[in-house]
Amino acid sequence: MNAPIFRRAASAGEGVSRRQLIITATAVGGALMVGCSPTDLLAAGAEGETGPFGAFVRIAPDGAVTLVCKHIEFGQGSHAGLAAIVAEELDADWSKVAWEHAPANAKLYANGGLGAQLTGGSTAINNSWDQLRQAGAAARAMFVQAAASRWNVPAGEITVKDSVVSHAASGQSADFAALLADAAKVAPPAEPTLKDPTQFTLIGTDRVRRKDSLAKSTGQTRFTMDVQAENLLVAMVAHPPRFGAKVASFDATAAKAMPGVVEVYEIPTGVAVVANSTWAAKQGRDALSVNWDEAKAETRSSADIAQRFRDLAAGSAALEKGEEWQGFETKGEVAAQGGGLAIEVAYDFPYLAHATMEPMNCVAQVDGNTAKLTFASQGPTLDQLNVAKIVANLPGAIEIETLPAGGSFGRRANFQSDFVVECVQIARKVGGNRPVKLVWTREDDMAAGYYRPLVHHRVRVTTDAEGYPNTWTHRIVTQSIMKGAPFGGGGVDETAVEGAKGSPYLKATPHVDAQLLTPDAGVPVLWWRSVGATHTAYVMEHTIEQLARRAGQDPVAYRRALYEKAAAKRHLAVLDLAAEKAGWGEPAPEGWTRGVAVHESFGSVVAQVAEVKMENGEPRVGRVVTAIDCGTAISPNQIAAQMEGGTCYGLSAALYGQVTLTEGRVDQTNFDTYRVLRHNEAPKVETYIAAQPAGTHPTGVGEPGTPVIGPAVANALLALTGEAITAQPFVKV
Amino acid sequence: MAITLDVNGKPLTVEAAEDTPLLWVLRDELGLTGTKYGCGIAQCGACTVLADGAPIRACLTPVSALGSAKITTIEGLGGDHPLQQAWVALDVPQCGYCQSGQIMSAAALLEQSPKPTDEEIDGAMAGNICRCGAYQRIHAAIKVASGQAPATASPQTDA
Repeated sequence: MNAPIFRRAASAGEGVSRRQLIITATAVGGALMVGCSPTDLLAAGAEGETGPFGAFVRIAPDGAVTLVCKHIEFGQGSHAGLAAIVAEELDADWSKVAWEHAPANAKLYANGGLGAQLTGGSTAINNSWDQLRQAGAAARAMFVQAAASRWNVPAGEITVKDSVVSHAASGQSADFAALLADAAKVAPPAEPTLKDPTQFTLIGTDRVRRKDSLAKSTGQTRFTMDVQAENLLVAMVAHPPRFGAKVASFDATAAKAMPGVVEVYEIPTGVAVVANSTWAAKQGRDALSVNWDEAKAETRSSADIAQRFRDLAAGSAALEKGEEWQGFETKGEVAAQGGGLAIEVAYDFPYLAHATMEPMNCVAQVDGNTAKLTFASQGPTLDQLNVAKIVANLPGAIEIETLPAGGSFGRRANFQSDFVVECVQIARKVGGNRPVKLVWTREDDMAAGYYRPLVHHRVRVTTDAEGYPNTWTHRIVTQSIMKGAPFGGGGVDETAVEGAKGSPYLKATPHVDAQLLTPDAGVPVLWWRSVGATHTAYVMEHTIEQLARRAGQDPVAYRRALYEKAAAKRHLAVLDLAAEKAGWGEPAPEGWTRGVAVHESFGSVVAQVAEVKMENGEPRVGRVVTAIDCGTAISPNQIAAQMEGGTCYGLSAALYGQVTLTEGRVDQTNFDTYRVLRHNEAPKVETYIAAQPAGTHPTGVGEPGTPVIGPAVANALLALTGEAITAQPFVKV
Repeated sequence: MAITLDVNGKPLTVEAAEDTPLLWVLRDELGLTGTKYGCGIAQCGACTVLADGAPIRACLTPVSALGSAKITTIEGLGGDHPLQQAWVALDVPQCGYCQSGQIMSAAALLEQSPKPTDEEIDGAMAGNICRCGAYQRIHAAIKVASGQAPATASPQTDA
């Protein structure tokens, strides 16, 4: 592999290194372009025209302001926060600010934290903060200058409010529409003056609400699934029953006889049926007869994989070629320490499906070397790179119209662009620029892999005389997510250790020996909302809880002491806030037991106190008090929504979520076998946002609410039953 | 075969095999894409529509089974139904994909029980999955739409 020509900018805060995109020259077809910036290279072939107010701000003749949004809207409501940043600095009338998805263009719309146009790692607001403040402030300065020239008054005396520019002394005022032609001619200032954050009037208020609620409450939002077009064909694909298998032979006679079926094609991932309607495509696909070549297929059961991971962590299985333990946090001398064993515990986490409500899908049109995609693209740059290789064009020339997604939780961005490539392969067979909509059924989606990896942890802690950790030995065994990248980074896969690595509990422990092992398996794995924290938060928080109990200490007081040792001020603050709001220290409501957990992820720190009871043999979660430090809060309403939703997502996994394989075949097929949290099982989440000094850089909220609830519930159950819970899901099917 | 359906108060005739699920007729033939595909086996509720006021799963209902039933889809609610107003007031949707089905299930509930209890809401809405986890706001919005809570109810609290 060539040396990396690009690494992410260093400004995006913590928690994004896991998704560093180290794009090598080989990734764009072998071209070695010396002297180009990485985003030049990624955007090669793109048209890069922007309007007078830059790439992010468009102002219509009627003065209406539109944010050109480089991040996909897939539930988190980040469009509202991003638009509010622009509106704040521009002093635009918020009620009339609109937004739309940006086109695919890595030079204009790269994620500053990831180096490619990609939404992930809870970075949307974080990486856009400075960029959009400047975009809004520059546009404002252009209007101010236009007005100053027109009225012949000093620019410094001009004010702007709700899209109206005024000069008090002369009594003149004009709205953006009236000044637009002149403002558009003003050269944008290179370094516009930003507002003093103490003077913000929009950011942080309840006025910052999402702008798509009406469309989404009336069925008017256009998802990929809803794309309709003249001549549109619908495609479904018969996939192999085991990962790594291929088509050996197939008989399409019956499929082609189905009314509405147009053609059947063999493609690299299976056999595709294209038809005039969704139902016809499904009927045709179901009528296919395919023989599979399973010579290279993964045929192990998930139970076998899990057992091998356990044995590896316990030192009772031999390493195979290419397998190597990697230290990720080491200090002191664990082996030289005496003292009694306090705790040794091993944890198992299953594969998890993202199970978005909208199964994966894509619409593509291909004509020779050109390709246009219309779909919910989470990582347009990745999709452009992968599609460019198929149609033999420059990545920037691949056109993508991004639509909102019916959920993603990470699934729609992967290094292979799996479902996108599949759609393009079919559209290429069809040719002639004819639009092809690839539709995966729920069953296709569930069995397609790209799961949260199966993970095993083994932890051994000895304590000092006061019951605090003196040595901490930690082994993690899991498939590597980043190893699946065609352009990988090497070294420790941060996605596997984040949250254990950097934990304040390890900071507070004098002797640490923490290592990672990443064996290969044939099951495709991927980031899944909150990624490494999905398991590290659980292991750290449930282990600490067991230590607190053995030390005879209150769990909040025990954590507080460790945070003080580690100088983890933000952890301490949210823990105190959650404990206070939950009434920690006072008796829980009759019949309920409280559990607490705290975890930092994506630059934010979340503490939760959950009230739990057993009902019909299953845990029932009631009130969940959540405290978050996410820097400057831009939309308190959407932060609360993300805490509510993230908590449900994490709780669903902890209680019920698991994908298992029997001899290589995925056992779960649909929501009848992949149980997810339902309305009557949902907790009541209260969100408290820890106040920060004005101007504090905002950090993530889409993911940090997910990993904390699992351990909070387990810790309540530990208090209730005296038993630790060392495997997810808690509820066995 | 030619099948005539009563959809949102209009008689509409489509060409479809009689075993075609109503879902695909609504979406692919009639262009009513507000009704969603989520699972195809009546487990998730994204395809919920009303047949003579009762909630049905369009993904498993053969189009030939409907007879003269009056079908109401999300497009037929009009856009200013009390549930839709409450959904907007509380910013219920996240990704939004399941929300048509959620609202149709809630509409059926309110027809049957204008002021539903928490237990009634839990029971009526348990068949509609939301992977974004907007359940708490869905629940609150049903309370608002049924006049049991003020529309200004904001679910989040600042420190």
